[in-house]
Amino acid sequence: MRRLLLMISAVALAFMAVLGGTSAAFAAGETIGGVIKSGQEGVAGVTLNVSDEEGFTEDVITDDAGEWVVEVPGAGQYLVTLQTETLPPGVSLTNPDRTSATIVVAKGQSKSVLFPTGEARVSSESTLDRALQLLVDGIVFGLTIALAAVGLSLIFGTTGLTNFSHGELVTFGALMAYFFNNLLGLPFLVAAAGAMLAGGLFGYLQDRFFWRWLRKRGTGLIAMLVVSIGLGILLRYIYLFFFGGTTKQYAEFSGQAGLALGPVDVTPKALIAGGVAIVFLVATVLWLRLTRMGKASRAIADNPALASASGIDVNRVVSIIWMAGAALAALSGIIYSLSNGISWQQGFQLLLLLFAGVTLGGLGTAVGAIVGSIIVGTMIQVSTLFIPSELKNVGALAVLIIILMIRPQGILGRSERVG
Amino acid sequence: MDWSNVFSQAFTQGIGVQAVIFAIAAIGLNVQFGYTGLLNFGQAAFLAVAAYGLGVSIAFAGLSIWVGLLIGIAAAVLLALLLGIPTLRLRADYLAIVTIAAAEILRLVFRSVTFNPVFGGSDGINRFADDFYALNPFSAGVKIGPIDFSANDMWIVVVGWVLVAFLSLLVFLMMRSPWGRVIKAIREDEDAVRSLGKSVYAYKMQALIIGGVMGCFGGFVAAIALQSIQPDYYGTELTFYAYAVLILGGAARVLGPIVGSVVFWFMLVFIDSALSNAVSSGAITFIQSTQVGQIRYWILGLALMLLMIYRPQGILGDKKELSLDAR
Amino acid sequence: MPDDLKHLVDALQTVPQEAGVPKPDPILVADGVRRHFGGLTAVDVDHVEIQRGTITALIGPNGAGKTTFFNLLTGFDKPNEGQWTFEGRQLAGVRPHKVAQYGMVRTFQLTKALSRLTVMENMRLGAQDQRGEKLFASIFPFLWRKQEDEISERALRLLASFNLDQKQDDMAGSLSGGQRKLLEMARALMVEPDMVMLDEPMAGVNPALTQSLLDHIRQVRDRGTTVLFVEHDMDMVRDISDWVVVMSQGRVIAEGPPHDVMSNEAVIDAYLGVHHDRPLTDTGEALTAHPEEA
Repeated sequence: MRRLLLMISAVALAFMAVLGGTSAAFAAGETIGGVIKSGQEGVAGVTLNVSDEEGFTEDVITDDAGEWVVEVPGAGQYLVTLQTETLPPGVSLTNPDRTSATIVVAKGQSKSVLFPTGEARVSSESTLDRALQLLVDGIVFGLTIALAAVGLSLIFGTTGLTNFSHGELVTFGALMAYFFNNLLGLPFLVAAAGAMLAGGLFGYLQDRFFWRWLRKRGTGLIAMLVVSIGLGILLRYIYLFFFGGTTKQYAEFSGQAGLALGPVDVTPKALIAGGVAIVFLVATVLWLRLTRMGKASRAIADNPALASASGIDVNRVVSIIWMAGAALAALSGIIYSLSNGISWQQGFQLLLLLFAGVTLGGLGTAVGAIVGSIIVGTMIQVSTLFIPSELKNVGALAVLIIILMIRPQGILGRSERVG
Repeated sequence: MDWSNVFSQAFTQGIGVQAVIFAIAAIGLNVQFGYTGLLNFGQAAFLAVAAYGLGVSIAFAGLSIWVGLLIGIAAAVLLALLLGIPTLRLRADYLAIVTIAAAEILRLVFRSVTFNPVFGGSDGINRFADDFYALNPFSAGVKIGPIDFSANDMWIVVVGWVLVAFLSLLVFLMMRSPWGRVIKAIREDEDAVRSLGKSVYAYKMQALIIGGVMGCFGGFVAAIALQSIQPDYYGTELTFYAYAVLILGGAARVLGPIVGSVVFWFMLVFIDSALSNAVSSGAITFIQSTQVGQIRYWILGLALMLLMIYRPQGILGDKKELSLDAR
Repeated sequence: MPDDLKHLVDALQTVPQEAGVPKPDPILVADGVRRHFGGLTAVDVDHVEIQRGTITALIGPNGAGKTTFFNLLTGFDKPNEGQWTFEGRQLAGVRPHKVAQYGMVRTFQLTKALSRLTVMENMRLGAQDQRGEKLFASIFPFLWRKQEDEISERALRLLASFNLDQKQDDMAGSLSGGQRKLLEMARALMVEPDMVMLDEPMAGVNPALTQSLLDHIRQVRDRGTTVLFVEHDMDMVRDISDWVVVMSQGRVIAEGPPHDVMSNEAVIDAYLGVHHDRPLTDTGEALTAHPEEA
């Protein structure tokens, strides 16, 4: 326990030392703010007005990231109006009738207002084109979450832990890349590599000093599940404390025009991200299949007592799995944030999708996690053809529930694991 | 530092609306998790469907508050069935994943722009509980020692605690009956129970439904007390708070949820107020006032972890009877 | 033994000693029951019948598939193929709790005495058709109090016959291993089953209790309940069984009265893997001397 506190303090101090400054950007007092986005890119130059009954009125223009914030004089009710004439051509509100919103701000609160925009290409694109675009987006998204899902699945397979704080490993990677890239000024690729290493280290430390200790003292699996929930909450709000609540972008690559590949538009960074993800995923699967360590981890997942009796150092293998899984999760976070910005709770928001992918593919298998995640990611994006974009996660989660009804062990899992 | 204010806040909130809401949510969770061992991580969803069932009935359909309450309860029962049917034959953590997923689905639907006309989107539903407050016998607020409630708050708090007492009595009766015996046996060894001719699936489903319906009353109290139903209130944090409260007080103990809720909220508000006070009076400078609210989540996270590691039986529990052990 | 039941046991004398032979009045008939685990065949029973009102022993070396067969028959595991009837009722695919309700109750190799309940509570759990077990009735004690008292009385009598009545308010977890086995058996009898299936009832039981346990099993049969049990203790098998079924590598290889079965060469081979001149009984030396026999 003391070691965990030391570990968390060390991480916290590191953050504090450098990010402390940025928390000042987190304004004191009450604020109203938001982001205007078209697809995944911020829309600059849009004017909004915040006013109240007592005569307060203020205009604000969105910055390059599409972000805006207004400090309001105190708690109360405000009217936020978006000046639609200031929207750039090709960008329009999803709901053109809803150009203003009434916001109630409580004391000390910062509220967000959402003005969702429709895709500019909707009217000029055939459904097939749109479907192809979404398919490509979906596969890239699926690959991104597959990276994180592999670790989740392997950790479950080897230790039985359903880790509800896995999302925080994803966020950790994104935050560390921000730290290296934006605050230390390192080039992005160096920052990304550094963040992956940091993530791997964090994962290793977590297992070596915390989870292994809990396993040794005989803490039950359900108790560890609840502990992981507590750890997730703690980490998430530590991230929030030091990083702030607004979504930020990396210093490089934040805005990028898409390349047209036939009917499909892909940004170079998405292509590269997809490629990097594939490389790492394939490498991981090969490692599991071909190396001694990889085979040992599969043996442990199959039958821990037998594996241990045949001379495998279970603790060491588990630590390596944690390290690799955390590094992959960090990479997942970095890739995700390249296109979606960095947020303190991005990992937690993805966690459910991770579970969906892992459950779909088969809890405890790496290939299953990958297959399941790609399917989930693709489904989420493609589903926006039929359901509103804000509800796209609903589809994935609903499918998760249906899978459990029909084939609970997932596509590749084994039924003995199910219960 | 205004310590009298800090204590007054802490005592008032310790028995106030939030304490009541979480005591009720925890009572329901106790039936599901404490006594039966079901990993329901979507208790927030039960409160949400009850609250929205009530709010939508009144604000959207114009029905009376009593009909609204019935609809809310029906919604909770339906939710339990939808969650239980696919998962109760599977391993415990499948229920955990499904319930979290379901709670998140509901939250997304409730706050969606698509369903805004019915559910009010992210603003939610407001000002619908006038019928309830019309029955308020308190004409003025109540100030006794450190306790300080407005008239309306006093009314809902009193009703709330009566509800807590009633639900606790039900749990007490249920758990010392033969039904309760089967439930406790299921928690320990399902196959043994099956070999004696009892359908484990049926009992688990009953526990899920009853726990969900009991907990959903927390949603009613929240909706009426806060005079507002907002989707983000019913997020996963609410469920995690309920777990912390339950485990702190002592799972599988009738009074566990009550003790846990009062102690937890007292401590949380105490630390919150003390920190806020310290920041605004300049005694602490490295935290800003907006960040104080985040500290309470640190406490929540740490509380869950430390409890499960060092004292999983909580305040009232008995280590020997502990059910929170390995699969 | 009451005369009206004696004929059920006597009828066995006319039954030929062949694996899978039909019985004059079978309570359980199993056909073509097979269970594979990957490449391993755990159970491969062509045909077996259990005579009503008798004590039948199911023996065989470790890994013969006896417990798996138990699990399949009682619904705790699903076979790859096969069907079986109990009192004429098809039980394939029936859920385990329903199987118990139909009158076939089993105990477990690793005792499942519920340690966090008292001995008496364990016993009460076994009773069937309890009004108080219904959710809505549970909160009105007056609806089930009387029935509960009747159940408690019956439980106490049963506990007394097992010498556990003094411990009725103790937590089951505080009992010794052998006492817990007795509790599990007593609890199974609370169900008032037509057939009770005991999985290694002697394992871990204090030798001083063995004789009383054997007497209990005889009494259970004498009251009309059929008994099927798995055992490794050959003395016990010889002592009380009316009939023996031998399994090896998932198949039924021999059936017959205890003494004859134990001199059967095929059976001896299955246990020892080599020809042996001496029968398996009397001293049990033939078994324990060989390292293969656990």
